[in-house]
Formats: sequence, structure tokens, C-alpha cells
Amino acid sequence: MRVEPSLRLDYKIIYEIVEPGSRVLDLGCGNGDLLYLLARDKSAKVQGIELSDEAIYQCVKKGLSVFNSDIESGLVEYPDQSFDYVMLNQSMQEVTKVDFIIQEALRVGGKVIVGFPNFAHFAARWRLFFQGRSPMTKALPYRWYETPNVRSLSIDDFKEFCREKNLRVLRAYYLGENRLVTFWPNLLALNALFVLTKGDR
Amino acid sequence: MSKKEGSLGIIETKYFTFAEPPEEMPLEFGGKLGPITLAYETYGELNADQSNAILVLHALSADAHAAGFHKGEKDPGWWDAMIGPGKAFDTDKYFVICSNVIGGCKGSTGPSSPDPRTGKPYALNFPGITIPDMVHAQRRLIDHLGIEKLLCVAGGSMGGMQVLQWVAAYPERVRSAIPIATSLKHSPQQIAFNEVVRQSIMADPSWRDGDYYDYGQPEKGLALARMIGHITFMSDKSMEDKFSRRLKNGNFSFNFAADFEVEGYLRYKGDAFVKRFDANSYLYITKALDYFDLSGGKMIPPGKTVETRFLVISFKSDWLYPSYQSQDIVRQLKMRHVDATYCELRSTYGHDAFLVELDEMSDFVRHFLDKTFNGYEVRRAYEG
Repeated sequence: MRVEPSLRLDYKIIYEIVEPGSRVLDLGCGNGDLLYLLARDKSAKVQGIELSDEAIYQCVKKGLSVFNSDIESGLVEYPDQSFDYVMLNQSMQEVTKVDFIIQEALRVGGKVIVGFPNFAHFAARWRLFFQGRSPMTKALPYRWYETPNVRSLSIDDFKEFCREKNLRVLRAYYLGENRLVTFWPNLLALNALFVLTKGDR
Repeated sequence: MSKKEGSLGIIETKYFTFAEPPEEMPLEFGGKLGPITLAYETYGELNADQSNAILVLHALSADAHAAGFHKGEKDPGWWDAMIGPGKAFDTDKYFVICSNVIGGCKGSTGPSSPDPRTGKPYALNFPGITIPDMVHAQRRLIDHLGIEKLLCVAGGSMGGMQVLQWVAAYPERVRSAIPIATSLKHSPQQIAFNEVVRQSIMADPSWRDGDYYDYGQPEKGLALARMIGHITFMSDKSMEDKFSRRLKNGNFSFNFAADFEVEGYLRYKGDAFVKRFDANSYLYITKALDYFDLSGGKMIPPGKTVETRFLVISFKSDWLYPSYQSQDIVRQLKMRHVDATYCELRSTYGHDAFLVELDEMSDFVRHFLDKTFNGYEVRRAYEG
């Protein structure tokens, strides 16, 4: 198989997951690189929601449809099951009402793809334990006063959350810098990608 | 990135007359109107398969002259920065039509036009017209031009309402829609401003119950109406930037002359308006705006959707048509699974922004039209 070599690892994985012709909603779609590939190569029917003006402009430049809105207020109007996939890639940790967003995402979409940085990566543990400094890793590049993240979670935290909220994990991917991590993901993975559906679905 | 922009040069307004009695056009609130003349202009060339036609619609007091120059005039049309060779509505690629509205006084049939039954101006015998009636008449024009499907319908303010109405009435004939700084319905605040505008016209004794055509316009009332309008088109910030508290003559007169520059501006705008717009048209059209209501699922009925793509644009400083009204449009589109983009643009110009804040809007419109016209460039990045 041949994927654009420069593509981000999480994008490559999502690109593989999404079936051709899917309806995809991307919450916090950024400059739309991934949605563009899904629309162009997989004939996916894509819609983005994004807060940044500049990012929206980049999306429109690519021909993508995108709403200028925050994630929290962006889902209410959608009828149930409007999409095959709702993506919350690297945006879940930036919202306060995580539970609400995921429930809403599962109401409007069949499957939800959640991607987040792992706060329990060993580099973060090292900084906190040995240096007494707030966690920073390749996936958590921000200093404490400039980070957009408002939720700090580990991979094990999220697994527990899924159990408590009766969310079924269809697939889980643990990402290192350039390849997947197979051992001790909660210690060695920089990022995680979960494909979720409702427990009763 | 974009090629050099050019001017359309000299443009002439055209006229289309239809609905000759006894084939008058039925109106939404009953009654019939005919014959009807619509003023319109076209820019660029219609392509062979008629897939590149864009209909541009104007706001309350504008006209069919959207771009280029009329012979002997030094100012171009009202959206000249948006329409022309290499511009957002690129006339090298697209065939752009700007249509005037019925009820107006800019070459289309309205209250100042002769009533065929009497030969004298209709005045208040002109039937009540609505935004759907305006759009119905425009559809006749588009039929006349031989265009089955429009690539895009675009407009700001009242023009945006017409865009929404086009989709509501003829969704299969509109591939894409660009409603700008507009609303599915007027709020009580917007109706209130329009009512003050109407009252200022009707309170002028020269209005004579609308029957003033032998005597001249109710100038005082119409000028005042326009002054009120201009306040609502600007923002606190744009007025500060434009006028601040600067004085016209350096001191206070205490004789109620226009001391401040802002007063002089409003008086000038009011006086200029009297020369170019009919008072009764202002009454009729403001009522059409107030009656317009596509809220609550009326634009696209429940259980239905449309193939039309949307680009909805609002401006942060617009308090006459605030962003929440554009967000209401977006909400309706989401509920009906309509492919749409919404952007709230930063501008300090208030409601006027759609006429003056053009750089960012141009980029959005350009790319949106390009995608609508050409689709994605299909080049598979991955073969399994």
C-alpha cells in the first residue's frame, strides 16, 4: 500500500479506517488536510467545525465545507445519526464538557474517532517525577501557560472512562513518533486513537 | 496568486418586460401585477452548457448596476470590487446577472411606474409585494435568459433574503447560494427601525398619502428616513473611526446647524438619497423585508433536503443583522443535512461591511465558487 509518506501518522490511520463514501464530521478540523484527503480520495461527504478564522479560510481554499463555531455548541442541531464518523482528533482534551461532547458525537454519528495526547508518556512522567516540572512531550509541546489543553488524561484514564460510560471500543491505536506502539502503551505511546461506538450498538 | 483584476468598462442596463395583461403575475398576498419590467445587467459570457450563470441580488436601495461604469459616470456599480475580470465573481469564467426588484424605482415596475389602467403613477394603488414576489419575477427573467440552473445566487442584506427565497422556491435551479449579512426573518428591533423609517416618510405633509408625483418627493421625510438607515448600517467603531467628535467648522454654533461631522454626513446622505430613490418604494420594500419569514423550517420543509451548497457569511460588528441570525440559517441547514460553510468575518464596518470589507470575503467567494464549478481535483493519493 502507498500513502503519502509525509502524512501524519494519526491521519494515515484515520485515512485507512474511513470507508469510501462515508459521511464524516470533523470537530476541530484545523486547516482541513485530513478532510480534504477523505473527500478527494474516498468520496467522503465531509463537514468541518472549526473556531479559528485562519483555519477556516484554509479549509474553504481546499473546497471544504466548514462551520465557524466552537465544538460545544456545534452539534445540537444535527439530527440523530447524521454521520458515519464523528472525529474528535486532538480536540477532545481542549473542551471542558468531554462527557457531553462524546455523548452528542455518538448521537449524531455511528462511530466516534477520538485522538488525544497521552499525559502518562514516560517523558511526561520523567519531567514530573525527576525534574518536578509540568509534563511536556512531543505530543504535549506547550508550556503550562500557553497550552490549549484543559483536560489531562492518560490512555488508561480514557479506557476507564469508556467502561464507566458504557462506550464500546471498536479499535484502539497507540502512536509513537513515527510508528505504532505495541508494548506498554500507557508508558510508551505519545498519542492514542480510539474508535468508539455506543455500548448497546 | 490571483491574476490581475480588470474593469468591465462601460455597461448598459437592460430591461425585460413580461406579464402583459391578461397574463399578469399573481402575487403572494393576492392581486396581480402586469405588465412588469425588470431592470438587469449582465457581465461576462454564458458558456455553451449554461453552467456558469450567477445571479447577484442587491440590498434595499441599490439597483441592477452592480459592476462596471455607466456612460459618463465616474463611480462604478455597487459591487464592482467583487464582479469583473479576475475578481471574486470572475467574469472571465462566469456569466454574472444582477437583477433589480419589483417595487423599486430603478427601472423596474414599482409604485412610481404608470398604472396601465390610469396612465398615472400607481402610488398606493401599487399592490403589496413581498420578497417571494420579487424572486418570482426574477425567475421569469432567468427563464427568459434561457438558464435552467444557476451556478450561484448571491447577495447581502435584502439581497441575502432573496437568496434564501430562491432556495426555498426553486431549490432545483440553484447549485449554490451565498447569503451575506442577512436573516430568515426580521426581529422586532429590525421591524421597529423600519417602522420609524416609514413613519418619518408618512409624517411629512408632502407625502400626501403617497400621491405626491405631481408635486415632488416628501424630501424631508425621506431624507430623515435615510439618516436613520445610515445609523443602523454603521457601527459604533466605524463611526468613531470615520467622524470621532470632529467639528465641521471648528466651533459650536448653538443654532442647530450640523456642527459635528457625523451630523453633516447624515444630512448629506439624506439629501442625496432624495434625488435617487422614491419614497413610496421605500415604504413598500421595507414592508416586504418585515413580512419576510422563512424561519422554523420554512426554507427547507421537514423531511426534505436540497442539493444546493451554501456559503453563509456574517460580520462581527453588524448589529442590524447580527451574526446570530446567520447562525440561525446555519442551524436550519444542519438540520436538513445541507452542505454548508459558515464564517463570521472580522470587520468594524457594521452592516455596511458586505459592501466595503471585501478582501477576505472575496477570497471565500472565489474558492467557494471554484469548488462548486470544478469540484475536487481527483488525484488518488492511495491505491490499495
